[in-house]
Amino acid sequence: MAERCAVIGVGQTRHASARTDVSIAGLVREAAARALEDAALDWSEIDAVVIGKAPDMFEGVMMPELYLAPALGAVGKPMVRVHTAGSVGGSTAIVAAHLVASGVHDRVLTVAFEKQSDSDAMWALSVPQPFSPPLLAGAGGYFAPIIRAYMRRSGAPDHIGILVAVKDRLHALKNPYAHLHIEDISFDMVKDSIMLWDPIRYLETCPSSDGAAAMVLASERVADSSSLAAPPAWIHGMAMRSEPTMFAGRDQVNPQAGRDCAADVYGQAGISEPRREIQVAEVYVPFSWYEPMWLENLGFAPEGEGWKLTDAGATSLDGGDIPWNASGGVLSSNPIGASGMLRFLEAAMQARGQAGEHQVEGVHRALGHAYGGGSQFFAMWVLGTDKP
Amino acid sequence: MSRPVRPVAVVAFAQSKNVRREDHRNEVEMLMPVVGEVFAKVGLTKDDMGFVCSGSSDYLVGAPFSFVMALDAVGAWPPLRESHVEMDGAWALYEAWTLLQEGDLDTALVYSFGRSSPSQLHKVLSLQLDPYYVAPLWPDPVALAALQAQALIDAGVASEADFAEVAARSRRDAMANPNAQVTGDRSAEELLGDDYVVAPLRRHTLPPISDGCAAIILAAGNRARDLCDRPAWITGIDHRIETHQLGARDLTVSPSTTKAAEVAGVASGSGGSPRVELAELHAPFASQEIILRRALHLGDAVAVNPSGGALAANALMVAGLTRIGEAAQRIMDGSANSALAHATSGPCLQQNLVCALHANPGGEA
Amino acid sequence: MSEPVTTLETPIHIDYQFTAGQAQSRFLKGISEGRFLGQRCPKCNKVYVPPRGSCPTDGVATTDEVELGNSGTVTTYCVVNVPFQGQSIEIPYICAQVLLDGANIAFMGLIQEIPADQVRMGLRVEAVWVDKSELRPNLSSVKYFRPSGEPDAPYESFEEYL
Repeated sequence: MAERCAVIGVGQTRHASARTDVSIAGLVREAAARALEDAALDWSEIDAVVIGKAPDMFEGVMMPELYLAPALGAVGKPMVRVHTAGSVGGSTAIVAAHLVASGVHDRVLTVAFEKQSDSDAMWALSVPQPFSPPLLAGAGGYFAPIIRAYMRRSGAPDHIGILVAVKDRLHALKNPYAHLHIEDISFDMVKDSIMLWDPIRYLETCPSSDGAAAMVLASERVADSSSLAAPPAWIHGMAMRSEPTMFAGRDQVNPQAGRDCAADVYGQAGISEPRREIQVAEVYVPFSWYEPMWLENLGFAPEGEGWKLTDAGATSLDGGDIPWNASGGVLSSNPIGASGMLRFLEAAMQARGQAGEHQVEGVHRALGHAYGGGSQFFAMWVLGTDKP
Repeated sequence: MSRPVRPVAVVAFAQSKNVRREDHRNEVEMLMPVVGEVFAKVGLTKDDMGFVCSGSSDYLVGAPFSFVMALDAVGAWPPLRESHVEMDGAWALYEAWTLLQEGDLDTALVYSFGRSSPSQLHKVLSLQLDPYYVAPLWPDPVALAALQAQALIDAGVASEADFAEVAARSRRDAMANPNAQVTGDRSAEELLGDDYVVAPLRRHTLPPISDGCAAIILAAGNRARDLCDRPAWITGIDHRIETHQLGARDLTVSPSTTKAAEVAGVASGSGGSPRVELAELHAPFASQEIILRRALHLGDAVAVNPSGGALAANALMVAGLTRIGEAAQRIMDGSANSALAHATSGPCLQQNLVCALHANPGGEA
Repeated sequence: MSEPVTTLETPIHIDYQFTAGQAQSRFLKGISEGRFLGQRCPKCNKVYVPPRGSCPTDGVATTDEVELGNSGTVTTYCVVNVPFQGQSIEIPYICAQVLLDGANIAFMGLIQEIPADQVRMGLRVEAVWVDKSELRPNLSSVKYFRPSGEPDAPYESFEEYL
């Protein structure tokens, strides 16, 4: 039987296109220090550090945990670096949580980051491989054809992606940490923006951000005995699933690994109707159309009907019954290695009542979701206000 | 730990033959037979694995997300519960071990791969260093190890002759290891005649450049007993990291190794030496073996690196996991009852993992 | 000297030697002869092109060689309009998933000789190779795919490959 585990502290940086005011160490420390403060803990009280980020080639630092150990107070402690592609921020949190759930440690600091301005992300994502044609044009080039396949399969009208792009940026205006604060964001502004990888427009695409996220995960004993400004967010379920990038008959639009991951998490948390039993979801949507696609993949809508929920405004903070990405999501802040953890962290903030202007009312359960690779790696957790 | 350790054991280990350059097969093709071999040893398939965890490095491969292709060697369908660390496979094993502690899973596959031949290794490893102050100077990893070796000599702890002894013994022992790359029967005196590469390190004190991969299957409790006649039980495992700045460390000692051993419950005998028959130490440089022996208080009775160690084969990201495998293998085949395995990461032994193994789940009876 | 240093540029140049591996080598040899060679998995019988040595779902070596023709279907695509470092094709260009006849998996290909707004799912295409004298064991031997003139493939014929 696993031990109970809770989030007792969260911290993130103000995400921006270039944080020239801090080094990589400074960036992660900013988030980590805030998480420790939130958890009312000193660096010395942390038992272990679990860090995650996107490929080393982004910033050109190989195995950055080695360089970052002192900045994160990890000297003399166990330290691990997780790398599971885009889902890494989420899987990092899960690896950290398992250190507590297994009874090995009581207080684990988990951090994820990307200093994207220090790198050429497009190059790092499309490093030319010999024997393959140099066609790949970044993540968008990979996902655009899949989105086109969804549009065809579901018969969704063309404007759905634009609705998501507007909604998430409106949400971001209520999140002081978000990178993009587009005050006058509108349907026409998104529609008129340049097509980057048809059918994905510029304003339907995630930004490139510098940022870090950190959480303190604790055992039940520690969570119960801590004097915290906000109550702990208890892990009701967490899971990871992986499937191959390409195989004959693979459904890239509605991946099995995502469905299996969701089923596992919901099973652990005792959830059978996610739309009804979860009050807010932070879901990894880097390109607008992934919202309707993931609404289906995660069981919030029947297959082929995710776009209807979006179209009806169900996922909006403004009148929707199941707000998705109240923080503004990946579409508003995308430090790639951290983005997954930001979803997990924002879910924690919602469960703990810490989300300020973008707080959803009456949250009992919140979902955090991350995915990566060719839509093949999935990491999810469900947090609750009560102990599981 | 706040609760009793669930007995988890190594029940199978396999590795590829370490070579200077694996020209014909890519990483997937290297891994397939090794993964196949561990499954065959226990009569299981990927569908029986509760969890899969791997260790590897993109910078060695020269491509981002390089661990993804390796999944093809396992066959991630139906979707797997799987994770990856950008570290030596020893840390992937640690992650799998902690997961198995929770009780809902009984088996895990751990694998790692590393080919050093494709890249300009000395440049690649320089990228592990502080990107602002140190990496732009492109310090060679051999030069850094030489700094450490010189510090040992200056402290009066060891001499070049001691380094040569380590190398001579390792190569000789490696002759019995079919997967070793560097073997031979040259005396320490002979080796001392080699030129310096970076003083005080001569070629024989350096690890070979290797391409290789390895896999281990872990199983818990009765499952381990079902799968293996003599499981190698992990009685304790821990890892610690030191500060990064080389100038802020005493390079002649390894406090993180000492601490990890302590937490892993590596018991000390009356003479201060742990009661283990053998120790597989991940010491890529001969000088580092001396540091690790002292950090672990290993007495002369402990056989160090019967496999030949990292001086005989050093596939990066694999050599640490291989130490655990080699130590476990000797318990599984009945030639030892107790062993210790160690893995390292980072420049000059910055981060260290210690794994205590025994033929009995409770350790020494 | 009054401004603090906020950034420093540290150029990194590392050379790598890639190994295609056995399966991919056979495929590339085929390419150097102007042929598409796929490999079949002995367990699930699916034909993979380009083959990478292992069936991704079964984890076993793909062995039997299957020669595939030059024709295929565009299952899905996008029009790339974003510039980036290292890009060698003029934008906008059409990046498509091409399912060769006889294969069970599509692969990425460049589509030319058709205006971007006329590309569609189901478009039938054929490979255009470089001149025989320029054939090399890498995918640049395939210049691009162009419409073959055949009627579009019905959606049902390729929807399972999406």
